[in-house]
Amino acid sequence: MSTRPILTALSRQRRRGDLVFAIVFLAFSLFLLANLGSQTVWKSSGKLVAQPRFWPAVSLGGMTLFALLHVLGSVSSPREQGRWREVLRWLRSLEFAGWFIAYAALVPIIGFLPSTLLVSVLLVLRCGYGDGRLILTTVGLGFAIVVIFRGVLQVKLPAGAIYDYLPDGIRQVFFIYF
Amino acid sequence: METLLAGAELLMRWDVVLALFIGSVGGVVIGAIPGVGPAVAIAILLPATFSLEPIVGLTMLLGIYGSSMYGGALPAILINTPGTAVNALTTYDGYPMTRRGEARRALALAYTASFWGGIFGILCLIFLSPVLAIIAPMFGSREIFLAALLGIVLVILAHRGQVFAAGMLAMLGIFLQTIGLDAVTYTKRFTFEMTWLASGINLIVVVLGLFALSQAFLLLLEPDDRPRLAKTGSGPLLAGFREVAKHKRVATVSSGFGVLMGMIPGVGEFTAQFISYTYARRTSKTPDDFGKGSPEGLIASEAANNAVPAAAMIPLLALGIPGEALTAMMLSVFYVHNVIPGPQLFQNQLDFVYALYLALIVLNVIVLGFLMVSTGWLTRIIRIPTRFLGVLILILSFVGVYSLRNSLTDCMIAAGFGVFGLILKRLHLPIVPIILGMVLGGIMEVKLRSAMARVKTPWDMIDRPIAFLLFLALVAVIALHLRSAWREMRAQHTRDQTDA
Repeated sequence: MSTRPILTALSRQRRRGDLVFAIVFLAFSLFLLANLGSQTVWKSSGKLVAQPRFWPAVSLGGMTLFALLHVLGSVSSPREQGRWREVLRWLRSLEFAGWFIAYAALVPIIGFLPSTLLVSVLLVLRCGYGDGRLILTTVGLGFAIVVIFRGVLQVKLPAGAIYDYLPDGIRQVFFIYF
Repeated sequence: METLLAGAELLMRWDVVLALFIGSVGGVVIGAIPGVGPAVAIAILLPATFSLEPIVGLTMLLGIYGSSMYGGALPAILINTPGTAVNALTTYDGYPMTRRGEARRALALAYTASFWGGIFGILCLIFLSPVLAIIAPMFGSREIFLAALLGIVLVILAHRGQVFAAGMLAMLGIFLQTIGLDAVTYTKRFTFEMTWLASGINLIVVVLGLFALSQAFLLLLEPDDRPRLAKTGSGPLLAGFREVAKHKRVATVSSGFGVLMGMIPGVGEFTAQFISYTYARRTSKTPDDFGKGSPEGLIASEAANNAVPAAAMIPLLALGIPGEALTAMMLSVFYVHNVIPGPQLFQNQLDFVYALYLALIVLNVIVLGFLMVSTGWLTRIIRIPTRFLGVLILILSFVGVYSLRNSLTDCMIAAGFGVFGLILKRLHLPIVPIILGMVLGGIMEVKLRSAMARVKTPWDMIDRPIAFLLFLALVAVIALHLRSAWREMRAQHTRDQTDA
């Protein structure tokens, strides 16, 4: 039997951007596998399975093998048009990842309540909602999230550096609840 | 009996009751909103429960886990969009019933079949407990290693048509848990001399990124979707009990499949639903009605998926092995509170185990009661604009990630996994293997190391009855998969030759 039936058997539903993802994942696996020697240690004593290199080797070996088969599957499957449009869509999500990181960077500076209200309202506007009622709802929900998590559930979040400049009475309330 | 009463006493505390109520009602609401789902909600709430007592935190998360599928049936029936992924089959018969003006009947059937499945699953769990208490101590390091390995293999093979993708993602999960300082040899692994990698990649950060943030990004990127709702009509929702009782064989067998599949790591609700649905159609007097609004199809789907949560607790509580992503998240709550699931739990904290069982029963009653009075209100929740939902999930995800260690680096890692999760979701590739790879990979590494201290030859690994049975199961699962793949390949080859 030639290799053709094997390739046919590997074929599957292939969505837009599948091959790009498969190749990038394989390259990433190969990169990690190539660094196995420099990033892990082989101890002169001890059994094979107790070596610190054993599990990274097993997982990266498996990852590379499966990634290779995944690429072959992608190559042998019928293609859907619009590969780069799909990749562009993935890249567009980086904008929201940026919003998330900016939010995390803001909290220790301006505090949980102000940054939550600021980020949520700006994001709602960014999404194209100009409706005043929805913005008010966002403010209400943002306030509720802060009170529930910081005030009631007492999750550990830092107080904003600007809270230090608040008047004495309010400062304490902000430090504890917002 | 004394232990059962101690468990009941534990459950009667006001904070536990409140947590159970919030979890149950919250789970239904979350399940009813397409695009959120229990994984997102549990991932977000996970760090918040760390400051609570184990029983309080766990009952809240258990409430969400056990009740979300009830809520998920609502949009599946009314707008043909499953609220949670496991309600997919409910759309087959639920939506056609809505289209012919029987939405109320379909909802009544879904709620009561779910209740039937839920209670059946818990009863199985309770009756199996004494057996578990006997069997669980027979699991030593090598048995737990083999069970975890079987879990990984099943997770990979359960993704039919995506086995290679599931394999590479499970291996990625195993690799991720090896990053950082090796706890035994104190050597660095894949840190690339970066200090932030020395402490490893936190499972909860990955979970939040892959489940919650990816969903937020996905919703924010796509245009708003506000589906049109069909009228639900009027009539008592409890009438569903009468109709489910008429099809009690289908409801019970489907619940049984749910329990069986729930117990096997990596299989879960999807397989249970498909097997139950197929069984119901094959044994029905009206098989042609399936997919066109058959009550039996709806009952099979809902009873099966609601029997799974209780059953999925069996390997988790008895062996400390999670069967799917949600129980993997639960496991981290156990660990944070120094409650180590496994054989010792049944010997030392049986009252805690019974309290969890009773909590599962109570949550099913709360949910059913809540649905009876709130269905009209819940139908409005379905229509929340999806991009607005994305904003809320992003904000809540931040609380989850940042409250762990107040670390900006964690937020960056979570954002990275969020983008990765978005790509996987767009490509319809599975996320669960990564999480199970991380959890089961850690278990395998520890258990294999400790097992090898007493193992001289490879045969010693399987010289005990349970270890041998697990090894046989492993070989059988792989052999059966290879056989079916070979048959498919031959059939395809024959088809190609005939076409040529």
